[in-house]
Amino acid sequence: MYRVIEAGQLADRIFQIWVEAPHVARHALAGQFLVIRIDEHGERIPLTVSAVSGDLVRIIFMAVGKTTHQLSALKAGDFIRDVAGPLGKPSEIGMRGTCVVVGGGAGIASCPIIARAARDAGNRVIGIIGARNAGYLILEDEMREACDDLLVATDDGSRGFHGFAADVLKEVIAGRKVDCVWIIGPAIMMKVTSEVTRPKGIRTFVSLNPIMVDGTGMCGSCRVQVGGETKFACVDGPEFDAHQVDFDLLMQRQRTYFDEEKVSLERYHEHACRCGEGGHHG
Amino acid sequence: MGERPARDRIRDFFEVDCGLSAEEAVAEAERCMQCKKPSCVRGCPVEIDIPAFIARIAERDFRGAARIIKEANLLPAVCGRVCPQEVQCEGACILGGKEMPVRIGELERFVADREREQGLVIPPVAEPTGKRVAVVGSGPAGLTAAAELARDGHMVTVFESLHEPGGVLMYGIPSFRLPKDVVQAEIDQLRGMGVKILTNHLAGASIPVAELHAYDAVFIGTGAGLPFFMNIPGEQLNGVYSANEFLTRVNLMHADRFPEYDTPVRHAGRVVVVGGGNVAMDAARVARRLGARVTLVYRRREEDLPARRAEVIRAREEGVEFELCANPVRIIGTHFVTGVECVRMEMCSLDDSGRPEPSPLKGSNFTIDADMVIQAIGQGPNPLLIRKIEGITYGRKGNIVVDEEGRSSLEKVFAAGDVATGAATVILAMGGAKKAARAIDRMLREDQRDR
Repeated sequence: MYRVIEAGQLADRIFQIWVEAPHVARHALAGQFLVIRIDEHGERIPLTVSAVSGDLVRIIFMAVGKTTHQLSALKAGDFIRDVAGPLGKPSEIGMRGTCVVVGGGAGIASCPIIARAARDAGNRVIGIIGARNAGYLILEDEMREACDDLLVATDDGSRGFHGFAADVLKEVIAGRKVDCVWIIGPAIMMKVTSEVTRPKGIRTFVSLNPIMVDGTGMCGSCRVQVGGETKFACVDGPEFDAHQVDFDLLMQRQRTYFDEEKVSLERYHEHACRCGEGGHHG
Repeated sequence: MGERPARDRIRDFFEVDCGLSAEEAVAEAERCMQCKKPSCVRGCPVEIDIPAFIARIAERDFRGAARIIKEANLLPAVCGRVCPQEVQCEGACILGGKEMPVRIGELERFVADREREQGLVIPPVAEPTGKRVAVVGSGPAGLTAAAELARDGHMVTVFESLHEPGGVLMYGIPSFRLPKDVVQAEIDQLRGMGVKILTNHLAGASIPVAELHAYDAVFIGTGAGLPFFMNIPGEQLNGVYSANEFLTRVNLMHADRFPEYDTPVRHAGRVVVVGGGNVAMDAARVARRLGARVTLVYRRREEDLPARRAEVIRAREEGVEFELCANPVRIIGTHFVTGVECVRMEMCSLDDSGRPEPSPLKGSNFTIDADMVIQAIGQGPNPLLIRKIEGITYGRKGNIVVDEEGRSSLEKVFAAGDVATGAATVILAMGGAKKAARAIDRMLREDQRDR
């Protein structure tokens, strides 16, 4: 059992939890993830290690499915049944020169820890964060602190640049030499945004988020195609060379349990209504 | 008591084999010849004193029988169910020549179940030695090593990456062959002996390799958890599973009870399982229980099926269809699987294992409709930890190279089970782990004397 130390809402449908998990917190590096199982009936879901502090790990998630809705109802003092990690390979930081870290939506959660690691390694770091509108934007202050420069974009122009993170990235790489780019967000955003750096051949990493079960290379549920080869995102990734990734396949496989996920969420909401208090029943 | 009829058992995940009643067990035990030089014991990888425990059953001293078994094997309820006795103890039984061999496996299971029902007796442990041993993995090898080392008085910590200990006993073998409360009870017994089990701990990550090396000895029993795929077109389609994934979703995560449990599994009308081993039989029989029509595709002949004979028979009884001498060449579908294109296989010259080498028959392609495909064509050692242990020697297939007592190329680091041998059986992993535990104990005691 792992204790929730702090829990709260960051933006529209986006939540954060600080959970006590020393075995993860003490060893996690930028780019790695953990797997949680909320209770005895829970599924195992992977979430990026968004920050660590002593024995605490932070996870940030958007409430979309049953498990994330249930997570969003947790309060300080509650418990998460299982937290396993750190899993996956850390980001290949290194001394590269100028790095750009691009985050989209809930994917911004993964950015500060990478930006900080890149800056600590001696890189100049430019951050770009984008969201549908100002209400969905998270971690702006944290990114401002972690980066040398931060650029903000919203699809509707309600904050910062009016447009996509991809548009901002295009301008940044047109204006100066960029050596390495990280792009983290929904699959479609990573697909579109990584096209920006392809013509210039800029080293670009994306962090893939396929469906996983164990997260340790045991089941192959998370297999992705990278450069025509099958890779397991959990152990060979989660970060891969963006220009080699088959994003369409990733998105296809993410929809495997579309119907089941709907059933599960509806059942949860029904149950939550009957219990009368947001589904939280300790 | 025997087996439940197939039409009942494909409706649920309860055990197929109901075990022996006390009367049946005593009658079976009385058949034992009590050989002076028992060949059954030589057939047992963990060297249980088989005639001695059978004699106790015949005397109706079931507790005494349990004590004798547990001196050699702390997982008897597991072994009684999943060991391939027909090629081990029972295969060596002298009665086998004339009539049926003594049903040693059933007797072992009877004794273990009986003891569990009446309260397991925690085996005594030796005086504490003050030595600390790290055991990585809590499958058959890890549990056996942990039990033996705890019995010798060492302080044992087991690291398990999943949320439940038991390894393949929990995620791989379905509950209709091995009920999970049976596994849990035998693991609880280890806890009673002082073994500490840390779940959610991935060795090499949650516990860095340097911290492992700080123990007086390290035993690696991480198994063969890396699933192989066939590398044929269409494998990325939704609805194509490794047997590991399919079985883990159902056995460990209870996807058969979705949405009561959160983990889903595809509910398919027609399933193709590829492979002919025990894992393939397990996957096929689980798929039947989820209500699918199941076809098992295997590239060689019936007599070459590597699965236990009894499991093949049970799979057939449960309505699994066999497409033998056939091999998939392509999985068909857009986004989701709709079928599997196979080719007929011709049996050619015998290979090293004495089995015929199959080769595809040109122009014999045919298609099986399917909305789910499960690949059960084997698995290799998971390289995750091994790659992080600097200086350890591993083989071409990723297995840790060890001597006959489980010593790796690194001092104080031992390994046994599938991670050393490649995918094999539960009992061989336990046999190897027992030898390694003995070698570790000897090393730790010499270490103590030297001081």
